[in-house]
Amino acid sequence: MAVFQERPMGFFTDTSICIGCKACEVACKEWNELEGNKPELLLDSFDNTGQLDAQNWRHVEFIEQIPDNNGVVMTPTPIAGGQAWLMMSDVCKHCQNASCLEVCPTNAIVRTEYDSVLIQQDVCNGCRDCISACPYGVIGFNEKTGTAHKCTLCYDRLQNGMQPACAKACPTDSIKFGYLDDLQVAADKRLAALQTAGYKKAQLYGRDATVYGGLNAFFLLMDTPEVYKLPNAQNATLPSRNNLAGYAGGFFTAVVGLVAGVLAFRSQRMNEKS
Amino acid sequence: MPPAEHFAAAPNWEWWILGYFFFGGLSGGSYAIGTLLRLVGAPADQRAARIAFITSFLALVPCPIFLTLDLGQPTRFINMLFDASSGGLAFKPWSPMSLGSWALLGFGLFSFVSFVGAVAESGWHAADPIARILRGTFGAAWSIIGTGLGFFVCGYTGVLLSVSNQPVWSDGWPLGGVFLASSLTGAVALLLLLARSRRDVDAGTAVRLELADRNFAILEIVLIAVFLVTVAIAGTIGKMAGVWLLLWVVVFAGLAAPFALSRVDAARRWAPVTAPLLGLLSVLALRALVIFSAQS
Repeated sequence: MAVFQERPMGFFTDTSICIGCKACEVACKEWNELEGNKPELLLDSFDNTGQLDAQNWRHVEFIEQIPDNNGVVMTPTPIAGGQAWLMMSDVCKHCQNASCLEVCPTNAIVRTEYDSVLIQQDVCNGCRDCISACPYGVIGFNEKTGTAHKCTLCYDRLQNGMQPACAKACPTDSIKFGYLDDLQVAADKRLAALQTAGYKKAQLYGRDATVYGGLNAFFLLMDTPEVYKLPNAQNATLPSRNNLAGYAGGFFTAVVGLVAGVLAFRSQRMNEKS
Repeated sequence: MPPAEHFAAAPNWEWWILGYFFFGGLSGGSYAIGTLLRLVGAPADQRAARIAFITSFLALVPCPIFLTLDLGQPTRFINMLFDASSGGLAFKPWSPMSLGSWALLGFGLFSFVSFVGAVAESGWHAADPIARILRGTFGAAWSIIGTGLGFFVCGYTGVLLSVSNQPVWSDGWPLGGVFLASSLTGAVALLLLLARSRRDVDAGTAVRLELADRNFAILEIVLIAVFLVTVAIAGTIGKMAGVWLLLWVVVFAGLAAPFALSRVDAARRWAPVTAPLLGLLSVLALRALVIFSAQS
């Protein structure tokens, strides 16, 4: 049995060839024995999953931006720069600077030998601080287990030399799995090819360190990150950015509060002395 | 500056957390007021100091219970302090929740001992040795350290919220200061409420508490204004509008009450517990609107 080396591994999700079949969602649920949420009619495109959460560790987003063209049907149909109907199989990004890992008070969230971010289910106590911190809304709370859940990068499969279920099931190879450096080379080539073909808005998200120090699950997007509900580099901030200012503000308040209290409670003594 | 964009999911911190923030704030604030009364107050203030220390511990008792009940796995509350995977301590100074867990434990010790000392001074002679230890320099040092921890318990809850990626919370770094100031106003309100129900508290003490209440209210109003400015700059202030305006009314009514009821003659006819009660409601409303509006 071939085993993976203990090197950074991840996903390169090429949204330009995602067809929205949701095979990744199904494979993920099947392998990880996720029951799924109660089906809901979201009345929102072809998306009946809604969001990433404790039961959905892969979520195919459907983003419709069909150009109106004032009712004129154009021939050939314009491809709108490849942005008319976007699909993206979203997943935990396994960030290099992971917000969830940063705030977890119990050390339940760890980085594995494959550089992925994993929630140890036997350590997590369900405080949900990681949910509050994750900028991608990836982590969900499982009421049955009382713990936080998200994509494990199929850690159990990796340990047995198997690629993650979603990547294996993807019929178009939109989800590519492998060693991170190999994936980055492949992504650079694909981006260059798309831009040469005229898809000027095509861009890599998380390929470099501008977003959370780089993402182990990074994407090729056909539009800006915001369109895919992903924070751009300016908004990709770690929770700890508020630590110093928060505590400094508290300290300042404590000092002013003490002074205010002393002024009030010493007034009697001062009056007695005078 | 473009508005901040948030795509984070809500952690669903709700009623247990609200209860913890409320009682934790009152506990830490009461301890600080007790220390101030003890160290800089007049001899006549010492009865009120005892009430403050007793109140501090009684308000602290439900806190770990609320926190434990909020966990998805309550039996693993100990994982906040001990790393279940390595066997060592779970201490992450950059995680407010981790730091707060340790601070709560430490403050619990200080609050409990001061509580026992205060009860002894009130007539429970079995605990006289502790009351004796807490007199003099050692007692002062004990109270000062306990006050530091109490302040931390009051304020870290706000820092905990701001150290996230949630709208409003992470946009408003002054939350720690806001909660701390609010804890002081709440603690004074609670002490006034209790003092007015007893005959052994000096009338002058109540006057000084009212003065402190107004001082703390001014501090809180300033900090709330700074907080709102930071949230407005981030472009997420709309999350705290709409139905939440009702809670803002309660917040500011509680903050205005100590001023209004001390100046307006007509208001003097109101029951003397009106201002403290409004003050306590204000503390609760502030926390409720911050916790719930961001997650709505």
